[in-house]
Formats: sequence, C-alpha cells, structure tokens
Amino acid sequence: MIDAENLTKKFGTVTAVDNLTFHVEQGEIFGFLGPNGAGKTTTMRMLSCLISKTSGNARIAGYDISDGEDSLKIRKIIGLLPENVSLYDDLTAYKNLDFYGKLYECAEAQRKENIKRFLKMLGLWDKKDVSVGTFSKGMKQKLAIARALIHDPEILFLDEPTANLDPESSKTVRDFILDLKKEKKTIFINTHNLDEAQRTCDKIGIFNTKLRVIGTPEELEESVWGNKTVIQLEQVNDRILKALTRLDLRNTITENNKLIIDVVNPEKENPIIIDTIVGAGGQVQYVTRLSPTLEDAYLKFVRGD
Amino acid sequence: MKLWKSWVIATKDFSIFRKKKRIIYSLIILPLLMSIGLPLVIGSVASSSASTEEIIVLLNAFSYFYVILAYILPSTLASYSILGEKIEQSLEPLLATPTTDSELLFGKTIASFLPCTGVIYAGSIIFMILVDLFAYDAIGYLFFPNWNMAFILLLAVPLSSILSIQINVIISSRVNDVRTANQLGLILFIPFMGVYVLLVTNAISLSVINLFVISAILFIIDVVLFYISKAIFSRDEILTKWK
Ligand SMILES: Nc1ncnc2c1ncn2[C@@H]1O[C@H](COP(=O)(O)OP(=O)(O)O)[C@@H](O)[C@H]1O
Ligand SMILES: [Mg+2]
Repeated sequence: MIDAENLTKKFGTVTAVDNLTFHVEQGEIFGFLGPNGAGKTTTMRMLSCLISKTSGNARIAGYDISDGEDSLKIRKIIGLLPENVSLYDDLTAYKNLDFYGKLYECAEAQRKENIKRFLKMLGLWDKKDVSVGTFSKGMKQKLAIARALIHDPEILFLDEPTANLDPESSKTVRDFILDLKKEKKTIFINTHNLDEAQRTCDKIGIFNTKLRVIGTPEELEESVWGNKTVIQLEQVNDRILKALTRLDLRNTITENNKLIIDVVNPEKENPIIIDTIVGAGGQVQYVTRLSPTLEDAYLKFVRGD
Repeated sequence: MKLWKSWVIATKDFSIFRKKKRIIYSLIILPLLMSIGLPLVIGSVASSSASTEEIIVLLNAFSYFYVILAYILPSTLASYSILGEKIEQSLEPLLATPTTDSELLFGKTIASFLPCTGVIYAGSIIFMILVDLFAYDAIGYLFFPNWNMAFILLLAVPLSSILSIQINVIISSRVNDVRTANQLGLILFIPFMGVYVLLVTNAISLSVINLFVISAILFIIDVVLFYISKAIFSRDEILTKWK
C-alpha cells in the first residue's frame, strides 16, 4: 500500500529525510519510531502529498506522490491526523466534521452516518453541538482522529496520535486504532512513544533521518542482544562466582543476589550453569529469561550508525 | 474546478465570521456611517447657497465613494480568512483534502466578496433614499437611481472588491499578522483616492464612459492578480515557511 523508494527531503542544506526505503502492506499498522526532529512529520507530509520530495519517490496504493493528477486521488483515499489538531475553534464538533466530509466528497447519508458513528465511538456524541474551542486537548485530538476517518479512507496517517494526552485518553485512542485494524485499514503512525508502538504496531521502523532498522517488535527486540538468563540466589558468594568463571561465560553481572548471565544457547548452557551453582553450594530460588525490550532496541539503533 | 467545493469553504468562513464580533463591526460600521453621513453632508450643502451644479459634482464624487468602500471593506475579512487559518494552523488538514488550489482560492474570494458586496448594496440603498430625500428640493428632481450609480454598483464595486481580496490574499500569504496585511493593502487605496480628488475638484466628470474605463482597468488588474495569487499560493511554502 505504501512503497517508498529512496525518498529524500532537504530543507536548504539540512537533510530531514535521507534515502528512505520501506514498504507497508495493506491492513498493516506501521510504527515510524524516532526522536524529535528525526524527520517523521516531514516523511508523513511527503507521503500525504502536502510537501514535495527532493528526490526518490513513493507510491500510495499504486499512485505516484509526485504526480499532480495522482496526488488528488491519493488525498481522497488517505486520512491524515496532523501534528497539530488544527480544528476550527468557532465551529461545533459536528460542523467541523461535516465541513471536511463535504470536502472529501462524501455523500450526505454516509457523512451523517460516519459522523455519528465516530463521535459515538470516541465518546463525543453528546458534545456534537458544542464549539470546539471549549474542548480539552484530549477531546480535540479524538475529534481530529474522527476527522481523518470521515471519508472511510483506506490508509490512515497519524502523526503522534497520543502525544500530550493523559493516560486515559491515550488508551481510548490506542484501543480505537486497534479497532480500526479490524476494519483492515492500513495505518502509518509517527511516534516517539515506544510503549504505544509496541502495543499497536505490526511492524516498526526505527528512524532518525535515515531508516536504521525495520521489523516486527519481536524481531527488533531480539536483534539487540542474544539471550540472558537471570538466576536469583538466596546468597551470592565468592565460591559460586569462582565456580562460574571456570565455565568461561561471556559476561556475568551480579545485582544484589541476582546473576545476569549472557548465554548463546540457553537450553544447553542453563543446566550446566545451574549444576555449577548448586555444586558450589548455591541455593537457586528462581531462574528466568531476561528479554530485551523495544527500548533497548530503540536506543541501540537510534544512536548507532 | 468543482465550484461547490469553493462554496463549502466560503460557507464555513461565513459561520466563523458570524462568531467574530470584531469582524461584524468592521463590516457594518463604515458603510453605515457613510450611507447616513454622506446624505447629511448633501443635506447641509443643499440648504446652503450652493448651486445645483456644485451639488451634482459632490453627489457624483460621493457615489464614487462606494468604489473606494468596496476596496477598503474586504481587507479585514480577506486577510482574516487566510491568516485566520494560518494562525489556527488549520491549513494542513484543509490542504490534505482533495481540493485544488483554484477551488480553495475561489472559495476564499467569495467568502469575503459576498458579505462585503451585500453590505455595500444595502448601504447604497440607504444612501440613495436619503440623498433623494435631502436633495430633491435643491435640484428639483430625484437624483437616484441613475446610470452612473448602476454602473458603480454592478460593475465597479464588484471589481474593486475582488481587487482588494486578491491583494489581501497575496499579502496574507507573505505576512503573519492581520494588521500588517491590512496596512499594506491600504497602500493601493492611494490611486482610488486620486480619482476621487479629480472628481470632487471637477477635473474629470463621473460618466458612464469614465466608469467603464475605470472598470476595465480594475478588470485587467483583477485577472493579472488572480494569476499572481495562484502562482504565489504554493502548498509547499505554506506548510514549510509559514511559521
Ligand atoms: N519547514 C522547514 N524548514 C526547515 N527545516 C525544517 C522544516 N521542517 C522541518 N525541518 C527540519 O527537518 C527535521 C525534521 O523535522 P520533523 O519532520 O518535524 O521531525 P519530527 O516530526 O520527527 O519531530 C528537523 O531537523 C527540522 O528542523
Ligand atoms: Mg513531528
């Protein structure tokens, strides 16, 4: 659905997006993860035909983003939640949505139905005749999401959908995104929120001007390091540590009475390690596997070149 | 070009204007003062020892005032309708819709054009009635309606207000606050005043021919400005430079 090929954007001498290549399949939720200033908004604006690219190209549902005719077709099938909510404060929630519904060429019946459906889903239906100027940040954000959906777009671009929202509103928005997934919409989410990316996305690209890595959340986590085994002992002592050094382990960290050991092949190494500890008189309380988090992956890839 | 889309944009702007007291006042006060004040001036001149010719020169000059009004009046509305979107940062979702530049610019033009022309027409009716009332005794016939005023209202006023809107659209896409946009726009007010001075000093007379020439000039400028504003309206720059 979204295919970018060496997409590049320069602002004067500043390169905001550098040779970005990636693909998003239909029905997939793609998380574009990167720090502030990474070029996420710039990428989204290029893909939604709002600003021009410098070089490379991208296709949205087969349409060329740099073609004038195609760009109108692209705009028709995508929904955009921009970084700023950008609603009309003087108009009511209903009128805001109705205005955009008309510009997206939705027939009146469909427009009415969609407005009602989304306002109800997002808990804003009883505020439909209230001026948006009086809305809280969370309500505005939800309304802006409803606006992006008003014409039943196939592809949705969400620029930091939960930034600056309280945990409860964030959850509503996240659950809503997951509901949309059931409707087979393709969703591209810009975020710097790891938790959100992990909970909602099928595929994540870690990006900082350049795309560093792309994969499922699990793939990214595993790519950070191999396995670690954590062993909780009643008491760690020199005798145990000395016994372990003889095993020629790659790296062992002691934390209180916990041993964190790098293992290459856990199924084979763990029994030997436990035997050794027990042989040295150690009392094993728990043995667990420490998995790397998306945060570890993020930090590794965002920093590294 | 889908004209109904321009209309959707214009009606949205009407709803917003209605909520802004400052905009309503700026739209009504000047035409109201003019439409009552000018006949009062005529009334007092008519009751003095002025000759019929002098009164008619003044009446023609005052009629032409509506062309100037049509230039002044849309500037607040036009600069607000562009800059308002810029300030509320609502242009991004608007530009994301399948709406072309021409549809958008045309929508913004009618959003300012219709309220202003409407108010000017209403004001001019008050003006004509009051003038006829105050000047009848002095000149001996009903001065309005006449061909000059018909030309002014149906040709020169719309063209002049379109000129004003185009200039404001162009200025608004370059500056960031409404007041600067207004002030810059008013510079073009000088040639209009020049024509007024020529009329009031009787250096030129207000005739259908002269009005036709003025309208033709306005029309040419309007067309040129339309292309300039379309060329200047760059989506790229709006989102990347309008900060
Ligand atoms: N209009 C612009 N003019 C110049 N530089 C810009 C402009 N917009 C963005 N940039 C630069 O491009 C980079 C990426 O910005 P942006 O896409 O907003 O990042 P993100 O959304 O990931 O925080 C930043 O270094 C920013 O300063
Ligand atoms: Mg951003």
